Amino acid sequence: MEPDVKMLLSIKNLHASIEDKPILRGLDLDVKAGEVHAIMGPNGSGKSTLSYVLAGKSDYDVTEGSATLDGADLFAMEPDARAAAGLFLAFQYPLEIPGVATMTFLKTALNAQRRARGEAELPTPQFIKLVREKADGLGISTDMLKRGLNVGFSGGEKKRNEVLQMALLEPKLCVLDETDSGLDIDALKIVAEGVNALRAKDRGFVVITHYQRLLDHIVPDVVHVMAKGRIVRTGGKELAHELEARGYADYVEEAA
Amino acid sequence: MNADVRPIRTAAETGLIEAFEAVRAALPGGERGAQLRDDAFATIASRGLPNRRVEEWKYTDLRALMREARPLAGPVTPAELAAAEALLPMADVEALRIVFVNGRLAPSLSQLAGAPSGVAISPLSDALEGDAPHALVLEGAPADNALVALNTAFVADGLMIAVDEGVAASRAIHVANVQTGAAHSSYGRLLVSVGKGASVTLIESHSGDAAGHQTNTLVGLDLADDAKANLVKLQDEGLGTLHLATLAVRLGRKAELNSLALSAGSLAARQQIFLAFKGDKATANVSGAGFAGARRHLDTTLVIDHEGQGCVSRELFKTALDGQARSVFQGKIVVRPGAQKTDGKMMAKALLLSEGAEADAKPELEIFADDVVCGHGATVGAIDDELLFYLKSRGLPQVEAEALLVQAFVGEVIEMIEDEPLRDALTARAERWLRERD
Repeated sequence: MEPDVKMLLSIKNLHASIEDKPILRGLDLDVKAGEVHAIMGPNGSGKSTLSYVLAGKSDYDVTEGSATLDGADLFAMEPDARAAAGLFLAFQYPLEIPGVATMTFLKTALNAQRRARGEAELPTPQFIKLVREKADGLGISTDMLKRGLNVGFSGGEKKRNEVLQMALLEPKLCVLDETDSGLDIDALKIVAEGVNALRAKDRGFVVITHYQRLLDHIVPDVVHVMAKGRIVRTGGKELAHELEARGYADYVEEAA
Repeated sequence: MNADVRPIRTAAETGLIEAFEAVRAALPGGERGAQLRDDAFATIASRGLPNRRVEEWKYTDLRALMREARPLAGPVTPAELAAAEALLPMADVEALRIVFVNGRLAPSLSQLAGAPSGVAISPLSDALEGDAPHALVLEGAPADNALVALNTAFVADGLMIAVDEGVAASRAIHVANVQTGAAHSSYGRLLVSVGKGASVTLIESHSGDAAGHQTNTLVGLDLADDAKANLVKLQDEGLGTLHLATLAVRLGRKAELNSLALSAGSLAARQQIFLAFKGDKATANVSGAGFAGARRHLDTTLVIDHEGQGCVSRELFKTALDGQARSVFQGKIVVRPGAQKTDGKMMAKALLLSEGAEADAKPELEIFADDVVCGHGATVGAIDDELLFYLKSRGLPQVEAEALLVQAFVGEVIEMIEDEPLRDALTARAERWLRERD
């Protein structure tokens, strides 16, 4: 491991609960720049909760521990400030917002982040050119960009739209929450290609998934197993295959 | 019952009575007009202003909202005229513009001579002269309604527009009403008749300074068979103003009305709409978007009266409220015994952006025919937290995320306007409210 590689995400002893019910119970995770970490685990292990807690969903209470992004305290920031600081959560179920054109949404989001970072807003012609470029690579049509955000989009189109946002907003750390759910193999490939194109030495990924198949396309550097709100095992990419073969039964019992 | 009921008059009621006594002899309309005005005012003098114990005024207590009667607006001074010009909205919207300042026609700001061919435009004051002041008789609205009665009693100026049979008016007509200067009351009346097979687009705007004016405006719209009218209203009165408005529409056979109002101004406003399908197979789309913050009050009260057979009515009203603001929606669809095959749908939705905001909705159906499709719905709710979180997770600050969602919410109404500059003007006004939340 190179000592000069920057630590992007550092989570220490994280405890979080929803309506006083503890979900995360002392989770530790370090992600360095350039790395792709997969988090796998049985249903109810707290994988999605981790993504929501990092992004700042107000339903969850952080009761103990810390999380920093590039050295900045995530829990001291509102969700929008976390986004401007470089965090991106690709939703398991992207929401539909009728009446807000996808293009308008993308522009508002990009300019809000640029403003928050003290950068100038992108002029509209430049913005449209940028979106077209990125959208083409993901097979997102001009018609989709004009439509209400995710309205009438198929499962695959919604996930591609998430990757488009990721490509446009250029975050430091991307958290993908069950991005493979509801995708057929072709849609999965397009989404994975989109994500792989964004892999860079200064960017990190946390890929949350229940199944190993996504990790055939987005190959991780590190695989973690999560159970009962903690990371219980860490290994290389071969760990994913082992889980696929043996299931999660060992971990459900071990953590219980 | 106690026979000796003597109403205790409020300052406003006493003020109205004194004002009427002072001006009634000088108001235009001749002998017949004076009789119509006396009859109208008698309902106010005997009953007083409607208050919350009167069913239709339960949520909008006019007696409480109108604490005193503002003096009638005097002649417009040159300074007021200049101020009014600066307050004219929708400069980018192509239309023939007729301007009223403090209820009086302002010829220097108006294009009275530019009426499109087949369209006759004349000051209401002309029609009030002589012994047959039909301009004071309003078909389609209850004469004893307090706002109608007050308008009939006091109105001295306004506009009459007649579109000849078969004429598609080549330009939109924008009737702009501006209030400026010392706090006053003003009355306006716009009477429009659209001939058989004719069509016209009307824009009605109300704007003004922040003084505590009281405006009472009445629009009468008669659509002959196969006639079509688009009516777009911008209510952007100053934030001290009490805006009282009545729209009375009568539709002939196969006539079509598309009416849309954006309410972003005034301290308190009541918009009454009385719409009657007199012939068969006519269509009416009546919609509105409203915004209010602080302690403002927005009331929409409408009665859709299906007399003809096979008519279609669609009502969609959306309101966004912040602060301690309050909205009222009262909508009634009446289907008369002969009005078979009526298709009526009414929806009112309010979005509350604060703990203190309140929305009251009272939809009603009165159906006396047996072969009809009628429905109504009302929703009151806060912004969806999940949607808000999605937007914030993409970097939108709370206020900006809310603004985008409110825009999407009212967009469904505003986007019904086909004319792009007009739609843009209303969208811009909505966006301004979302920044100011006043």
